Amino acid sequence: MADDWENGGFGLYLHWPFCQAKCPYCDFNSHVARSIDQNAWLQAYLAQLQAYATLTPGRVLHSVFFGGGTPSLMNPDIVHAIIAEIRRLWPVANDLEITLEANPSSVEAGRFAGYADAGVNRISMGIQALNDADLHRLGRIHTAAEAMQAFDIARNQFSRVSFDLIYARQNQTLADWQAELAKALDLAVDHLSLYQLTIEDGTAFGERYARGKLHGLPPDDLAADMYQATQDLCGAAGLLGYEVSNHARPGAESRHNRVYWRYGDYIGIGPGAHGRLTLGGQRYATVHWSAPGKWLTAAQTNATEQHRDAIARADQADEFLMMGLRLAEGISPARYAHLAGRPLPEKNLRYLSDIGMVETSHDNIRVTDAGRMVLNGVLKELITG
Amino acid sequence: MTDLAHIRNFSIVAHIDHGKSTLADRLIQSTNTVAERDMKAQLLDSMDIERERGITIKANTVRIDYLADNGETYVLNLIDTPGHVDFAYEVSRSMRAVEGSLLVVDSTQGVEAQTLANVYQAIDANHEIVPVLNKIDLPAADCARVAEQIEDVIGIDASDAIHVSAKTGIGIKETLEAIVHRLPAPTGDENAPLTAMLVDSWYDSYLGVVVLVRIMNGRLKKGDQIKMMQTGARYGVDRIGVFRPSMQTVESLGPGEIGFITASIKQVRDTRVGDTITHEKKGIDTPLPGFKPAQPVVFCGLFPVDSAEFEDLRDAIEKLALNDASFSFEMETSAALGFGFRCGFLGLLHLEVIRDRIEREYDIDLITTAPSVVYHVYMKDGSMIELHNPADMPDLTYVDHLEEPRIKATIMVPDEFLGDILKLCQDRRGIQMDLTYAGARAMVVYDLPLNEVVFDFYDRLKSVTKGYASFDYQLTGYRQDTLVKMQILVNEEPVDALSTMVHRDRAEMRGRAMVEKLKDLIPRHMFKIPIQAAIGGKVIARETLAALRKDVTAKCYGGDVTRKKKLLEKQKAGKKKMRQFGKVDIPQEAFINALKMDN
Ligand SMILES: Nc1nc2c(ncn2[C@@H]2O[C@H](COP(=O)(O)OP(=O)(O)OP(=O)(O)O)[C@@H](O)[C@H]2O)c(=O)[nH]1
Ligand SMILES: C[S@@+](CC[C@H](N)C(=O)[O-])C[C@H]1O[C@@H](n2cnc3c(N)ncnc32)[C@H](O)[C@@H]1O
Ligand code: SF4
Ligand SMILES: [Mg+2]
Repeated sequence: MADDWENGGFGLYLHWPFCQAKCPYCDFNSHVARSIDQNAWLQAYLAQLQAYATLTPGRVLHSVFFGGGTPSLMNPDIVHAIIAEIRRLWPVANDLEITLEANPSSVEAGRFAGYADAGVNRISMGIQALNDADLHRLGRIHTAAEAMQAFDIARNQFSRVSFDLIYARQNQTLADWQAELAKALDLAVDHLSLYQLTIEDGTAFGERYARGKLHGLPPDDLAADMYQATQDLCGAAGLLGYEVSNHARPGAESRHNRVYWRYGDYIGIGPGAHGRLTLGGQRYATVHWSAPGKWLTAAQTNATEQHRDAIARADQADEFLMMGLRLAEGISPARYAHLAGRPLPEKNLRYLSDIGMVETSHDNIRVTDAGRMVLNGVLKELITG
Repeated sequence: MTDLAHIRNFSIVAHIDHGKSTLADRLIQSTNTVAERDMKAQLLDSMDIERERGITIKANTVRIDYLADNGETYVLNLIDTPGHVDFAYEVSRSMRAVEGSLLVVDSTQGVEAQTLANVYQAIDANHEIVPVLNKIDLPAADCARVAEQIEDVIGIDASDAIHVSAKTGIGIKETLEAIVHRLPAPTGDENAPLTAMLVDSWYDSYLGVVVLVRIMNGRLKKGDQIKMMQTGARYGVDRIGVFRPSMQTVESLGPGEIGFITASIKQVRDTRVGDTITHEKKGIDTPLPGFKPAQPVVFCGLFPVDSAEFEDLRDAIEKLALNDASFSFEMETSAALGFGFRCGFLGLLHLEVIRDRIEREYDIDLITTAPSVVYHVYMKDGSMIELHNPADMPDLTYVDHLEEPRIKATIMVPDEFLGDILKLCQDRRGIQMDLTYAGARAMVVYDLPLNEVVFDFYDRLKSVTKGYASFDYQLTGYRQDTLVKMQILVNEEPVDALSTMVHRDRAEMRGRAMVEKLKDLIPRHMFKIPIQAAIGGKVIARETLAALRKDVTAKCYGGDVTRKKKLLEKQKAGKKKMRQFGKVDIPQEAFINALKMDN
């Protein structure tokens, strides 16, 4: 019988942990370093690729993702070498998606042609806001004009370009956001990631918030209105909300993220990277050491994994549910039952369906638009124990 | 061993916050009872709750040795008492064990409601009273005015009141001398059969049950076989000691002395405060008069949030009941909440203190149902039922009428706030009985229904008068009125734990206040929730708690599913502090807070 992961596909995530400056809202594993020995990093990535390839021989790779941090700080030639090695180590799908996250500054845009030559075929740009005042408050070091230039360059180089915006910013009104989003949609993109600003512990914003010094954040109702407006405007422009924060013209969805959400297998390489890997019929959760220095040293002896834990089937079922219900397409109840060893709790499911939070059919369970807005509540009902 | 002439026993009594515990500190310190390095402010307030709230809850006894100016050493047993009205029982009980009282009056505030209440109790107990004017270090102190007030309002001589600053230590020496010379020595006969008063008892996790005794006659020694006269329980005395204020063992206690004993006591109910202890053989036949038992006036259900903790809750409640004779309990079951206890308290602060102690000292999360006073339900067949729980209200077709408890409330308030107080009392269905003045302060006496007072009256009183009013009350009896049971429906389902009895004329107002409060107290859910107040099926107030609009994690961290899972688990843990009624989670603190009215 086929392993469960095959329902979701196979991807590879590569984490580049460096940024030019640390943004005050960001709790990703990103660091500002004075000098980076890019060749040393290249060697480490290559060694890691080889190690994982021996564990997963013959698997067909659907997606590669250079995430960060700011991977657009990588030299195009090391990206080139990594992609070449990947192609050597694994058979790849015809439509292999290779995404690179880029920050929209002019320096980085100068490298876009190199990335395209290296084989990158999709760019995801962190534009975050379309006006300078807000960019400044978000601690971004690029201007809106610079971002637009970078975006134009990207569009000339890559067939697929997406960008990220953060909304529900300080003092942002609903009308502000609607206007800004309309402007974004006018750029004729086919994919947008639109994230509500989340205040995270351990960030500068989190710290300010705890001291009561972060003013002007939208109250819950306004944030909800913004979310709804986002769905409406994107929908009207033909970009469907295929995931909680992601919108795409049909066919332009990010294949890579879909591997996560469909609970496929993915290799995670680089500081702090997470992976899900089925080996000999057992699914493992892998986590790499998160400190860049520690990781680089560990890579020399192929000891990058801080953890590799077998995931119990019931936990796999929960993870599948948590990821899968983020998607508009929903999940297969049979697949859940197979993992969990029992079906989803019938009573809770009926209740959620009665109050209009989920829609069920014999072979599909998906959250409604209303249900997606309160997905955590839906999950609490369904994840027992 | 100390002869009677060299013993003085006294309680320190006052209105709340007038400085009893601080005065006790100075007396302990100036007699070197406690090493300087172990001293701290309000040393005797040792419970966490006491320190946090800055008030005394439990009376405390300390024995100090004092070398007086006449060159002789005296043994002084002082009892520091609580000032809050809910703990008045601790004061009256303590007074029975001693011969005199230091009546502390804050010289910046003057006579307050509990000052009066305490004086009357002290007079009742035949005490010699020494007035102490405290806080004279403060610029607002006005000893002459306060002394005059004591004479006018209380009617005791204040010409030789002692001027003290318990904070800085002024007047402490004079206080100690006054204790020796103005308070009487105890009387008693060492050779008579043992007569000891069981003043208090509590549970100590190391020693088990500890009993506080005052010896009236005879001598109690280690190893003695004793019996508790009311309960008939018999024990051998393991340990005898005194509080300095830590426990110090002694060989024996004689007449006039106050100390503790332990006796491997297993049964909580064997040690009843007010009981008389005597020797098993050659004991006395007639016990001391005993104490008037404390009457719980507020009742509520306590249920474990996690129903698996019922047995732990039983254990905790039994132990606390031993520490606190004024708290009563019996088992209760509820369809929605499972097994728990219906408990009786002397007031809302008392309730909150017990609840906090169970939660902290025994680590049990509790649901506290809406508190209620005791109603008398007269049935058509002539019988009467004491209703402790509105959920048990019998079918109205069998009910003839209801009576509710009334109180006599004494309120002292500066003139400028008098209008606010009269309005507050009027709003609470009060009937004015008296209004007199002492200087710029008014003393108002009101006849009020207890159920209008018990939950938030004290808080309201303090807030409308910026803290300048004081309040004391006594139960006076029961009176018939048009009372109805008000139910609260959450998401169309009645929640028994929120049912209350209200006056018909006040029902709409109360109902509206409660549903509004609950709307704030209950978190939003995935669906909208109607919250209604109803009387006999008729809805009298309604609010709708809007549905939760948004609760979803925006970002996806690469493939870090673990992180999402942790978040969800955290949210689930928060949910454990709530109880489900139908599909609605109601937080544990909602049941009491729903009854507190803001204005
Ligand atoms: N300035 C000044 N403050 C005092 C004096 N005596 C007590 N206080 C302060 O008054 C407050 C109340 O003192 P406590 O000793 O706790 O009063 P209490 O009468 O024991 O209070 P309860 O036990 O709650 O009734 C504290 O903040 C003390 O520091 C004094 O002589 N001068
Ligand atoms: C790995 S991050 C950053 C990629 C790239 N370094 C950049 O900043 O443009 C991916 C996206 O997550 C979003 N993001 C990061 N922190 C966020 C936060 N606290 N709240 C909402 N969105 C956030 C941003 O839109 C960001 O572009
Ligand atoms: S938001 Fe992007 S650029 Fe800013 S610190 Fe995070 S990863 Fe780096
Ligand atoms: Mg005190």
